[in-house]
Amino acid sequence: MALVKARLNRKRLWPYILLAPGLIWLMAFFVTPIYQLLTTSTQTPGVNIGDYIQTYRFANFIDAIVGARAQFLRSFEYAFIATALGLLISYPLAYAIAFKSGRWKNTLLVLVVAPFFTSFLLRTVAWQQILGEQGLVIKVLRGVHLLGATGHLTATPFAVVAGLTYNFLPFMTLPLYASLERIDPRTMEASGDLYANAFTTFRKVTLPLSMPGVVAGTLLTFIPAAGDYINAELLGNPSTKMIGNVIDARYLQIVDYPGAAALSFILMVTILVMVMLYIRKAGTEELL
Amino acid sequence: MTDASTSAHGDVILSHLTKSFGDFVAVDDLSLVIPEGSFFALLGPSGCGKTTTLRMIAGLEEPTSGTINIGKTDITYQKPYQRPVNTVFQNYALFPHLSIFENIAFGLRRRGIKDVKEQVDKVLNLVELPHLAERKPNQLSGGQQQRIALARAIVNRPALLLLDEPLGALDLKLRRQMQIELKWIQTEVGLTFVHVTHDQEEAMTMADTIAVMNEGQIEQMGSPADLYDNPETAFVANFLGQSNLIKGLIESSDGGSNIVSIFGHKISMPKSRSHAEDASVLVGVRPEKFRIQPAGTQMSGNILNGGVISDVSYIGVSTQYQVEMPWKQELMVFEQNDDGVPPLSKGDAVTLSWEPIFTFGLDGKEDASAGSEAHPDED
Repeated sequence: MALVKARLNRKRLWPYILLAPGLIWLMAFFVTPIYQLLTTSTQTPGVNIGDYIQTYRFANFIDAIVGARAQFLRSFEYAFIATALGLLISYPLAYAIAFKSGRWKNTLLVLVVAPFFTSFLLRTVAWQQILGEQGLVIKVLRGVHLLGATGHLTATPFAVVAGLTYNFLPFMTLPLYASLERIDPRTMEASGDLYANAFTTFRKVTLPLSMPGVVAGTLLTFIPAAGDYINAELLGNPSTKMIGNVIDARYLQIVDYPGAAALSFILMVTILVMVMLYIRKAGTEELL
Repeated sequence: MTDASTSAHGDVILSHLTKSFGDFVAVDDLSLVIPEGSFFALLGPSGCGKTTTLRMIAGLEEPTSGTINIGKTDITYQKPYQRPVNTVFQNYALFPHLSIFENIAFGLRRRGIKDVKEQVDKVLNLVELPHLAERKPNQLSGGQQQRIALARAIVNRPALLLLDEPLGALDLKLRRQMQIELKWIQTEVGLTFVHVTHDQEEAMTMADTIAVMNEGQIEQMGSPADLYDNPETAFVANFLGQSNLIKGLIESSDGGSNIVSIFGHKISMPKSRSHAEDASVLVGVRPEKFRIQPAGTQMSGNILNGGVISDVSYIGVSTQYQVEMPWKQELMVFEQNDDGVPPLSKGDAVTLSWEPIFTFGLDGKEDASAGSEAHPDED
């Protein structure tokens, strides 16, 4: 009897045993830092530089927002544009890979993922070269007089958005591909059979059926892009600073831990709220 | 958008239709007239070109050469959405993101019809599923999805409805029921149905006319009874039901009959049912047309002596015998269990007989086993 009971207990424990590594990981590297972030965010400076005492000063949040409003808005603006561009570039690409690539499918998928084999930092530095004075892009643009002789591309908002778009492209392409690939091509044939031309078939069948991929791809692009600071750092100028750069500077240069913590927290909550609204709007709650 | 359902009507005419994929000729110079309002079946083993033919009519494949007409309208190069043709797909291909109502309304809405409710409700009633209008396709059973796929197509009242193995995914009992229902619905709506299948029973139950296809060509076309009673090729004889094909030589003719010698037996058969090109003939007899009696019994009609029963299977309505003949050929005999006489046993010496009018003759150069390999798998 006792043996049976012990066995039953063990059976009931199994899910928790399997969950344990993940839960411990989350506790150590997510819950604890968040808690620390929250406590830091309401501290005020002590006697020495870098010393902070807990005073529950919630006005830190207001100060933080007021001080970095422009960078906040810019972050969301750049992230939004990069996401939109990413979607425009990735959708046709993912569509072609899913339906038109034949035996090249795997090769193309590897090529999409290939940039991940080099570091994020290196790829962004490479964009300095691509858009730089000696680069082909600038020569072509000057050649067709889209850019004046003194015009440049690096250290511009254009370069930052281009870098963001490029760096997060695979995050957009892969979920789009995955959801397009799952569509039964016969539903598209059925649509054509039922008097829908190619455009209507796309609008009424393909696009709605690929919505889970669109939502996943845009989230996977928008969230990291909004918090990114490397692209603005390497490809931008002082007037293209994003919220990530501000947080970075407050932590490491100004040593304003509470301000940086407050900004990080606001950024996180803002993104979370936007994501929830977005998912509700897109009607893909099953993703959550 | 124009109202596709009224843009063309009439017989469907395929002329010299050919489709090649590289070196492989899927459909080979096919010419065919499908009368308006008929239930027409394209029957054949997988790979015979029947689905390719269907997809060309639907506009999902472009012919290599040849033309497709509906009445006077040439639709060969029209886009699928321009054709007054709707398809019931093999796996139904319902739109998973739309409700059943919107699935059925899809074609009507694309043609710019605003008030769809009445028509959608009408077909939902026709397929007896009005209570499922608000469900999503994945909440329906296979049989229900099948009916919705049919409703989604016929609501458009196309000049031509194509059915691609529509019952292939259903279990046997449901398939039987749907065969009867499909036939009834076709009579009810009066549309031309073209039905593609590898299941001869399905084709024979529903179709007015069957075209048996093999290797991209039509072997024979006719009513189910025609094809069964008077097949012209060994392929048709074996693919549609089962046949005993026995080698013989036409020795003489007597009025409307040929006298054929089969390993020493003289039998007679109607000339009108002989498709032999010269004296060499394959004499065909369907298994249920044979009568079987213990050797020595007095019998009339065509008679074959010297058989020995090599196998007996009792299957309720009939008993199936394998009879080995003196020339080492196994003949199949199906005997109705309707005379109260106990079945004969293995090893019994028997005599076979049949009425001469049930005999059909195929050309002697034909391969007697053609089509029997390709017989529909009972899936």
